[in-house]
Amino acid sequence: MHSAPLPNASRAVRPHGPLVIDIEGVTKLYRMGAETIHALRGVDLQIHRNEYLAIMGPSGSGKSTLMNMLGCLDTPTAGRYEFASKNVAVMSDDELADIRNREIGFVFQSFNLLPRSDALHNVELPLIYAGLSPGERHERARAALENVGLGERIHHKPNELSGGQRQRVAIARALVNRPSIILADEPTGALDSRTGVEIMALFEQLYEQGNTLIVVTHEEDIARHARRIVRLRDGLIESDGPA
Amino acid sequence: MNRFLYEFTEAFRIAFAQIRANKMRSALTALGVIIGIVAVTLMGTAIKGIDVGVDRSMAGFGDNVLYVGKWPWRDVDDWWNLRNRRPIRTQYAQQINDWVAANPNSPLIVSMPVAERNSTILRGEYKLTNIYTVGSTADMPRIMRTDIREGRFFNEFESESGRAVVVIGFDVADALFPGESPIGKTIRVSNQTFEVIGVVARQGSFLGLFSWDSQVVIPLNAFRRYFSTTNNSEIRVQVDVTRMAEAKDELRGLMRRVRQLGPEQKDDFEINEQGAIREQLDPIKNGIAIAGLFITGLALFVGAIGIMNITYVSVKERTKEIGTRKALGARRRTILLQFLIEAVCICLVGGVAGLTVAAGLSAVVGAVAPSFPLVFSTGLVVTGLVISVLTGVVSGFAPAVQASKLDPVVALRYE
Repeated sequence: MHSAPLPNASRAVRPHGPLVIDIEGVTKLYRMGAETIHALRGVDLQIHRNEYLAIMGPSGSGKSTLMNMLGCLDTPTAGRYEFASKNVAVMSDDELADIRNREIGFVFQSFNLLPRSDALHNVELPLIYAGLSPGERHERARAALENVGLGERIHHKPNELSGGQRQRVAIARALVNRPSIILADEPTGALDSRTGVEIMALFEQLYEQGNTLIVVTHEEDIARHARRIVRLRDGLIESDGPA
Repeated sequence: MNRFLYEFTEAFRIAFAQIRANKMRSALTALGVIIGIVAVTLMGTAIKGIDVGVDRSMAGFGDNVLYVGKWPWRDVDDWWNLRNRRPIRTQYAQQINDWVAANPNSPLIVSMPVAERNSTILRGEYKLTNIYTVGSTADMPRIMRTDIREGRFFNEFESESGRAVVVIGFDVADALFPGESPIGKTIRVSNQTFEVIGVVARQGSFLGLFSWDSQVVIPLNAFRRYFSTTNNSEIRVQVDVTRMAEAKDELRGLMRRVRQLGPEQKDDFEINEQGAIREQLDPIKNGIAIAGLFITGLALFVGAIGIMNITYVSVKERTKEIGTRKALGARRRTILLQFLIEAVCICLVGGVAGLTVAAGLSAVVGAVAPSFPLVFSTGLVVTGLVISVLTGVVSGFAPAVQASKLDPVVALRYE
């Protein structure tokens, strides 16, 4: 994948905000029959507001497990995980759901849009779970879609949109509840390279607007857009530094 | 609270989108519920119809009438004691009426005698056997509801003189005089010639209960002249229904005086009321209701299994969607609600369709066979809808719980 060299100005590292994610000594064990798999063997990671971070690693490195952990979809077997100073490790399913709803915006590789709902309703979904009134939901979802350049297509269904447009809808959905972090899992994995570049440009724009981005990828080209790269291998952090 | 409301409306939105997207599947699943609801509601109308049929048959009796007879209207263990009771005499009615005339404040109003037997009735080549034949007085229409369709009831004079006149029921008239008026014609009742002077309007019958339709009435004095009155006589007394207990006491005292019973002697007669018939019918009715509802309930149960099955399929198909919704902040109850409402919606669609079919069927039955008592009521509609919702909740619950408990990580990875 070829990405155009980015202008220097946009490579500027924005000043960090307060600590959002604080992970210390996190391990995760899976039991597969008689076998126990150590997906994470003791990971320490601090992420601040306004960071743009890429998590890299080959398959089996624990990358997905760490992402699920960061996204509060899963809880660690051992270790400490604080999200905005709240201890996630001891939360119930519903408390985790509320954290995901308010604090985390997910962008999936295969977009995960509801096929029978139009773009506007797809973007409204997190706001329904947040308990916003229909009027407020429409307004904010429309604004989020305009922000990703889809103001003209709010009533299109996913099958009436191109892959890049679908991912923009998904990004609008991730942004709409003003989360603390945006967690993208291989966001360009299902797109052609040109569209992938557009999406990465959109991420750059979101970073400029002050969002916190975490991109999980196995592609160096994609990871290079971030300001910081964390590399995993065999359930441990191999390196953590500026891109 | 608002959040719950929005989740609720969202769940309905999803449910209807889902039903629309899987029309055939939803229709087939709903069909199970439709059949169940049709079966249950038709059973309900039939049970309700039994009540109405009983009421209709009872209307001739009137609930303000006491029946003095030899036998009680209930099962007795010591029938051998009762069978030796002296017969009830038809002339008691006159004695009671005389007493009523002398005591205008009595709760007893008027009394009529009933002598009864079964007769064979002939008219030309037409022959009817086992026709319930009543001998009574001109007071009868005051006590029994007697709608005359044609002609008239016999009057005081005919009653006193025992003229050979007869008032016949609708079915009797229909059988003996097809397509012609019976008034003024003669029939033979147990080989005695009677002139038909009246036909009673059709009443309809149910469960073989009393019906005007298949009986004939002649003046008591004519009955006395031609037939024996010692067997099967009865006195009917119309009373003030608001003073029922008092009326029974007074009638009992009066009867004891009439029968000249000493203070130490037990009653040798029985005062019955129509409530006793109802009490005898209730266990039969309840038996029919329980058996009927159980059998038709099985149809609904099969429908419920269909709903449960399709909801499991729906959960499986949409595992990834469930994962996405959970990632976006849907709580367990949100997912639970979504699938429950989906199951309930299919059941409601089935329920409404089923009720429509049932209403149509009972309308058709009502038009084709008016005497068959089917009663379709608003209460039944409400019950039908409640049953539909309950079916949806019960059958959707297990799959919905399964969906709500899905691990979001596993669900998101599901393809």
